[in-house]
Amino acid sequence: MVTDVTTTSPDLAGPTKPVAVVGRGVRPKDGKGYTAFRVVNATLLLLMCAVVLYPFVNIVAQAFSSEGHINAGQVNLVPRGFNLTTFKVVLSDDMFWTNYKNTVVYTVVGTVIAMALTTTYAYALSKKHLKGRTFFIGIAVLTMFFNGGLIPNYVLITTLGFKDTIWAIVLPNAISVFNLLVMKSFFENFPDELEEAAAIDGMSTYGVFFRIVLPLSKAVLATMVLFYAVAFWNSWFSAYLYMTDAANYPVTVYLRNLMAGVTTGTSITGGQLDNMTQIASNVQSVTMLLTVLPIVCLYPFIQRYFVSGVMLGAVKQ
Amino acid sequence: MSSDIAGATSSADAPAPGGRIRRPRRAASLRLDRPVRRTWRQELRRDWRLYSFLVLPLIFFAVFRYLPILGNVVAFRRFRPGSSIFGDEWVGLYYVRMFIQDPSFWSAFWNTVVLGLLTLVVVFPLPIILALMLNELRSARFKRLVQTVSYLPHFMSIVIVAGMIFQLTAMKGTFNQIITGLGGDAIAFFQDPSWFRPIYLTSEVWQTVGWGTILYLAALTTIDGQLYEAARIDGANRWRQTWHITLPGIRPTMIVLLILNIGSFMAVGFEKVLLLQNPVIYSTADVISTYLYRVGIVSNSVSYATAIGLFEALIGLTLILSANAISKRTVGASLW
Repeated sequence: MVTDVTTTSPDLAGPTKPVAVVGRGVRPKDGKGYTAFRVVNATLLLLMCAVVLYPFVNIVAQAFSSEGHINAGQVNLVPRGFNLTTFKVVLSDDMFWTNYKNTVVYTVVGTVIAMALTTTYAYALSKKHLKGRTFFIGIAVLTMFFNGGLIPNYVLITTLGFKDTIWAIVLPNAISVFNLLVMKSFFENFPDELEEAAAIDGMSTYGVFFRIVLPLSKAVLATMVLFYAVAFWNSWFSAYLYMTDAANYPVTVYLRNLMAGVTTGTSITGGQLDNMTQIASNVQSVTMLLTVLPIVCLYPFIQRYFVSGVMLGAVKQ
Repeated sequence: MSSDIAGATSSADAPAPGGRIRRPRRAASLRLDRPVRRTWRQELRRDWRLYSFLVLPLIFFAVFRYLPILGNVVAFRRFRPGSSIFGDEWVGLYYVRMFIQDPSFWSAFWNTVVLGLLTLVVVFPLPIILALMLNELRSARFKRLVQTVSYLPHFMSIVIVAGMIFQLTAMKGTFNQIITGLGGDAIAFFQDPSWFRPIYLTSEVWQTVGWGTILYLAALTTIDGQLYEAARIDGANRWRQTWHITLPGIRPTMIVLLILNIGSFMAVGFEKVLLLQNPVIYSTADVISTYLYRVGIVSNSVSYATAIGLFEALIGLTLILSANAISKRTVGASLW
């Protein structure tokens, strides 16, 4: 192993020459047609951005508008009849807070379990000398193409007695095979020398994993945490399927029931406002706004992690 | 590597009849270079810590992934509330015959096929076009801005997306404001079956087109710039460069994504359809997955719904396998 160290010293034999130097700067003159194309192209892309953003703007505008203006069809880009009453109504609904808290709990617990299972499995699979490695990879990859389907899963979760417990939400989604493969390829590229040096110093596999590998994998771990956390934050169907008690719903199911006209909130129907129908669409906008807010606020900072994660996964497959 | 080393290790690969490995004399000097194959017992003793990492995930896969797959036998067995997840007694193809004679199933089946085909035709090509458009931008900052904005819908919960759709298509929503502004009559979009498909497709494009460009943009960066130089010297204009260099450059990505799309063809956005549909528009908005949800969960016909689900899964599997085989035969690209 000692001999390996010399080979890892930086190889200075071939400094890469900037080959494309001829092409830079001397960009050939564009024809008139191409210039026109570029203008049209940029305009279309700007238009697309506007279309993508419009629904978000519309939510904000409706959330701050009075119900009268919404029902008169006057609210598009800016709030009309600015008011905060609906915010007060939604924020004073105990069920909204209970469900919002549930979302946070499901996201945190789900992400922790998912990370524990994914990193350990990925680390073991990244060791080329592991006997049975191909088989263990195959077990995971096969589930990308076969899955039990809705009903057998439902019967299983019900039989296990997971209904109305957090386990129905966090356990069945604990490993995403895509994330697993991304982590595995990351660990495969982890420099062997570091792990070997630690092993020679007397560290066990556990020591190497927890004290050498994990601390040096923060970037990819952060990416995985984000992948899982966003998935748990946004999920609604397992909760909708397995939770019968409204106090166990995450906020996504709360919102879904608002949209479907099922009133879950006790205080909203409890007569805080005289006219319940008056505030229906307004309440919906406010709830939507409060649900997407954490993601939209974090989004600019976390977006590039997602992109790099997807790239890593795609390149390695 | 020299042939005698290869020969030595391959003889070490074959376990001796006694279950123990007889190591060739020369292997001792090779030990550092390549691991000698050991028995399971030796491996477990040496790597038990590594194997301990596998235990919980393997339990996870066994319970939450493979048990439900086995649970599909319920499609051929009678299931009563309180029986095991594998049902009570064999009934053969009873439930298969049942859904073949069920007109609601066939209505859902054709809706699925139409919606899946439309999604494939409309939604699949758009990320390619968008990626090519982004590729023509010279300002890196503008490009990044467009990317950031267009990825945003991907991070939204499907419930939020459905909420936006309801908001925009409401009687006083933006779409109807435009329609009435142009002198038309307001449309009750979710009372009219003919509007479901356009709405579904539009929202699908909105949600997926930006995120779909990532892999294409990655593929575009791998195209050798010298190819463009050469083409330019040969007098190729921008269109010809796109046609002869860019598109062939991203073709492998296109094919892989196309195969994957064909594979998920039958599983059209179940959660979104479930959120958007209502009984008035079932004639276009009911797909296999939502139908079996209603049959299996709402009406509790577990075996019947499992039979439908199994049928759907088999179609999906057949589609992906044949798409893969065709692409392997014709263009030489495949998933595995």
